[in-house]
This record gives sequence, C-alpha cells and structure tokens, in this order.
Amino acid sequence: MATVTTPMKKLLNDPAALVDESLAGLAAAHADLLRYDSAARIVVRNGAPVAGKVALISGGGSGHEPLHGGFVGRGMLDAACPGEVFTSPVPDQMLAATKAVDGGAGVIHIVKNYTGDVMNFKLAAEDAADEGISVESVLVDDDVAVQDSLYTAGRRGVGATVLLEKIAGAAAERGDALDAVTHVARRVNDRARSFGVALSSCTPPASGQPMFDLPDGQMEVGIGIHGEPGRRRAPIGSAHEIAELMVEAVLSDLQPQPGADVLAFVNGMGGTPQIELYLLYGEIEQALRAAGVNPVRRLVGSYITSLEMAGASLTVLELDPELTALWDAPVHTPALRWGA
Amino acid sequence: MQTAVDSTTVTAWMGEIAAAVRAERDHLTQLDAAIGDGDHGINMNRGFEAVTKALAVQNGGLAPGKLLTIAGKTLVSSVGGASGPLWGTAFRRAGRALGDAPTVGAEELVGALDAAIAGVVELGAAALHDKTMVDALVPAVAALRAGLAAGQALEVALAAAAVAAEDGARATIPLQARKGRASYLGERSIGHQDPGATSAALVMRALERAVCQVR
Repeated sequence: MATVTTPMKKLLNDPAALVDESLAGLAAAHADLLRYDSAARIVVRNGAPVAGKVALISGGGSGHEPLHGGFVGRGMLDAACPGEVFTSPVPDQMLAATKAVDGGAGVIHIVKNYTGDVMNFKLAAEDAADEGISVESVLVDDDVAVQDSLYTAGRRGVGATVLLEKIAGAAAERGDALDAVTHVARRVNDRARSFGVALSSCTPPASGQPMFDLPDGQMEVGIGIHGEPGRRRAPIGSAHEIAELMVEAVLSDLQPQPGADVLAFVNGMGGTPQIELYLLYGEIEQALRAAGVNPVRRLVGSYITSLEMAGASLTVLELDPELTALWDAPVHTPALRWGA
Repeated sequence: MQTAVDSTTVTAWMGEIAAAVRAERDHLTQLDAAIGDGDHGINMNRGFEAVTKALAVQNGGLAPGKLLTIAGKTLVSSVGGASGPLWGTAFRRAGRALGDAPTVGAEELVGALDAAIAGVVELGAAALHDKTMVDALVPAVAALRAGLAAGQALEVALAAAAVAAEDGARATIPLQARKGRASYLGERSIGHQDPGATSAALVMRALERAVCQVR
C-alpha cells in the first residue's frame, strides 16, 4: 500500500456524490445534446428514442471521462451508464438505458472486456430480451499488453472503444440495420490494437490513496485504464523510445497489410498535457511510417482516461474505405464534434 | 429434521456479513489495490449495507430462501463490478434451492451453498486455484459436509468451514491469478492474497456466527 501521505487534493463536495454531481454538471453544460436521469443514473441523448434507428449504449466504471457520457449525442452513443469510479454499472442502469433509447430497430451494448462489465451487461441483456427488445452485444478487447489466453480474463477494452463508438454510431445514424451496425462495430474491434504506459498512479476519491507507488524515473508498461499496475515496470525512456515501444507492441500484434491506411489515436491518460501528447504523436507518426503503414486519420487528446494518471496509450486502427467514411461522418457530442 | 436455519438466521447472517465487511473495508480495499483496482471493500460495504436495509423492511414473514433471493437481487442492483453479479447470483441460487420452506435443515443448507458455488462458477468460469472467491468457498463447503458426515454439530462443522475458508483465502497468496482484473498482472499477482477469497471467508465466518447466535 502507498506510503505517500500527500493529502488528496480534488475538487469535491462528498466523494460518495462525485459521479452523480459530475453527471449533473455534464448535463448542465450540454443541455442541447443530452439529459441526465439521476434516478436511473443514465445519460440519454436528446430526442431518444429515434424511431427506426439502431440505438447504441455503452457503460462502465466512471473515472475514464469523457468516456462514455461525453460521447452521447448525434452520430455516436444514444445513452451511457456510468458506474462508480472504476466499478462496472449495475444491470438496472443498462436495462433502463436500453428501454430509454430503443427506437424499434434494436439496441447494441458496447462492452469493454472486463469481468464486471461483461457480467452486468449479460444480466441486463437477458432482462431486455425478456422485455422483447432485440439486443446485440459487442465486446471491445484491443489491449495487446494482456495475453488472450486461458490464464487471463482476456484482453482489456481500451482505446478502440472510442473509435468503435464513433464508427458504429455513424453506421447507425445513416440507417444501417442492427446486424449491419453490429458487423461494423466488430470489424473495428478486430482491426484495432492498443498499448499504454503510465508515468504516475492515480487516486480514486473514495479511497483517497494512490493506487500504486511509482518511484521517480520509473514507468509502468502495459497498463489498462483503471489505475492498475502494468505488466512490468521499467526505467522511463525518452518520448522517442516510448513511441517506438508502443508502435512495435501494437503493430507486431495487429500485423497490418504493408502500406495500409491507418487511424492513429494517441490518447492521454488524464494527467499528461496536450503539449506532450502532440510531441508523442509526432514521434509515433514517424515510427508508423518507418514501419510501412500510412496514417491517414488521427485523433490526439485525452478521451479514455484513468482519473489524473499521467501517461498515454496508442491505438492503431487499420482502415478501409467504409471505416474511413464512417469516421469522417458528422458527429456532435460533448467530447467529439465535427461536420455537425 | 432439526432446524438449522430459519428467517431469523438469514437476517442475522446478512447483518454479520455487513458488520464484518464494514470492519474489514479498508483491509479488503488494500488487498484489491495491490492486484486489482482498490475498491473491493468499498463495493462490498455498499452492497451489504443495502442488503441490511432491504431485509429490515421485511417483518419476518418471508421464508429463508425468499430473504436470500432479496439479498441477491439487492447485491446485483447495488454493487456493480464483478462482485455484484457473482455474490448476487450466489445468494439468488441459494435462495432458489431453499424455495418456500419456512425452516431448513443442515443438509438443505449444504445443498443451498452448493447451488451458490455452482452459480458463481457458471457465471465467472473460475476453477479452483484461479485465485478467486472459489478458492475459499469450495474448501469451506467441503469441510462443512465432512463435519456433518462425521456427526459434528452444525455449529462445530460451520466453525471448521470458516477456518477452511480462511485457510483457502491465505492459500491464494502464492497463486497466479487467472480470472478478473488481477490476471492482467500475470506473475506480478503472485505474493498477494486475493481480496475476493478474503471476503468470501468473511461470509462463511458470518454464517457460523449467525447460526450460533440464533440457535
């Protein structure tokens, strides 16, 4: 356990009320896009349900903002179910969200591959089926730091979640049917891989303690998004070295076609400033080109975070014309907006 | 059939779990911070406080199995994470096994615990030695069954079951996690006691206390 006794400095009223109060603030800031149902603890797109449109919902522990509530809006999610910090939401939230957004064309549950999220969404999907709503579940498991084997819970869902929510959201918005949107979503997951490093721990407000100690000069390599330690600890390298490490880890697993067009997503973990993320992006773009792939779309910023953890992750998505067109389609949410 | 468990016992059991989880909240959270995400004590505490509240408004009219079902549903709706569905399923399956019977004998109690473990294994796909709650629950129920078969009084057999659960939790220390968030750490999960097995041992100890209290 941490021996550091630095007092927790956060903008809080009561740690137990953090999630609820933050969601109320999200809704106040973006009343044109979404509403927050405090009783059901769900964030719902304005105008939902949209008749005849496949609806997308996602959810997971809080602490990853802007994921998922910040991606509710036109061209992306219809609803989000936020749990406590780093804790999966409960099936009641997912069922309430499913019912709130079902426009008659079916609902897709986008589930990051964590034991708790998978179990709670499974129970919710069973309840929704009992109520006659067609539900498809799409699992996101893009983190190459975890071996997918009998000896783990399988790969974690990390950066690809953002890309999948955007691209599948665009497919739903243009009127694709349930099976078609599901197919596009699964294709994004199959063609995307991620890898992350942490330069600091983070402090969940409820415990008030950093999740791990990371001495000066050390980094955690192969982290997820819950402040959990990574696969190994190593001396911190230069941005150039970290970029090469990330690109090698991602591409060796993804094995894209030589010369493939890719989307490169450099994501901040919450405590790393944009100036460093752009520096890292520059290094990554060079490393990707040197490895023979062609970055044609980019996203650089903190979109799937781990509270105030310092660090970054790289997600590479191998594009094709359809995925590129869906990425470029208009989106209007609190955290992503273009063309609309 | 001698009564082993009635409605009062179930209510006392849930109260004892809530008290134990409250007392061990920070310890469970510390264990989880080492190999998970540092919220196990907080989540279990929130869940069993909710169960205590849900059972407090039942005025004793319900069968033990029905109370367990309410406890399980409350956990699913209030805990989240993996613990919510797993403990929720465990108590709902135990409740279903007991049905409407107003009183339950020792054999039925063992059967209900078996059903609870089967539910956990089915949902979590965990086997023995995966470094999970199963590592505490399976030896506990085996000890209970063995004790009763050897003619021990229920209180004595339950005490042995609680010890077996605590031993099972400690025996997770040298194991490498194969399920849940700890599995992401690979070999780095070795050397830490599993928080889920630790809280499972609290649940078994609480059962012994509740039965001794009521009988």
